[in-house]
Amino acid sequence: MTPSEFQLETPSDDVIVHRRVFAAPPASVFDALTKPHLLRRWYGPPGWTCTACTMDLRVGGSWRIVTRKPDGQEIIQSGEFLEVAAPLRFVKTERWADWDVGEIVVTTELVDQNGVTLLIVTTRFPSKDVRDRLLASGAAQHARDHYAKLATLLSGDELDRLEKQVK
Amino acid sequence: MTPAEQLDATFGALADGTRRAILARLAQGEASVTELAEPFGMTRAAVSKHLMVLERAGLVSTARDAQRRPRSLHAAPLNDATTWLNQYRAFWEGSYARLDALLEDQKGAPRPRRKRARKVAR
Repeated sequence: MTPSEFQLETPSDDVIVHRRVFAAPPASVFDALTKPHLLRRWYGPPGWTCTACTMDLRVGGSWRIVTRKPDGQEIIQSGEFLEVAAPLRFVKTERWADWDVGEIVVTTELVDQNGVTLLIVTTRFPSKDVRDRLLASGAAQHARDHYAKLATLLSGDELDRLEKQVK
Repeated sequence: MTPAEQLDATFGALADGTRRAILARLAQGEASVTELAEPFGMTRAAVSKHLMVLERAGLVSTARDAQRRPRSLHAAPLNDATTWLNQYRAFWEGSYARLDALLEDQKGAPRPRRKRARKVAR
């Protein structure tokens, strides 16, 4: 994998795994993932803000993250740490307020690759049913089939082409 | 409509080139049936038929302006159609791009920082 490449896969019925390479050693990445003052600076895509973060980084300790979406909606995530092995691994439970998917277990592993870090995040859902519900019952397949269409749907090129076509 | 039926309606509506062109036109701003019919060289009746399909799919809404009844694009079903997994991907890709910047920033010049300055060195 090259830095900034993002890999996402669903290797079994109840699991989602994503991988990402960072151009920094594992200790730096681990700190950014587990220290609230650092995590608040990057957690959430552009336009989102992380408004609160607490992390009691030890087995049995609690964590809680509050993010605000661009539309103002707040998302509250919380859970407990099940394993902590700095700087290469931690495992936590995770719940999302207002979303009844139950408790998921997230395993975060960091692999040192000559000074850069391969991050592997494995999210295990309570059941296949819960994961599939998230994947919106067939919506993923639909989206794969039609995604190219959607991507160009609102582009100016498509408009020009179709205007010519229907004339 | 169940989410699956909503998706079927959305994709059914998108399967037609003329309807995609109408949506593309509405993405640039609301328009009346007459304004939509003109550039496509279609009758108002034909445009109305397409608009009905688009409205049933929840992609287009009609304003209450009694004279013109302008149609506008309603993009929420399109967002749903991109699925949770795509939102998941977008969340993490967006977050990690910011994390890249943070890590780069921390690596930065060896000048003293407010705190934890030495921690960055390996």
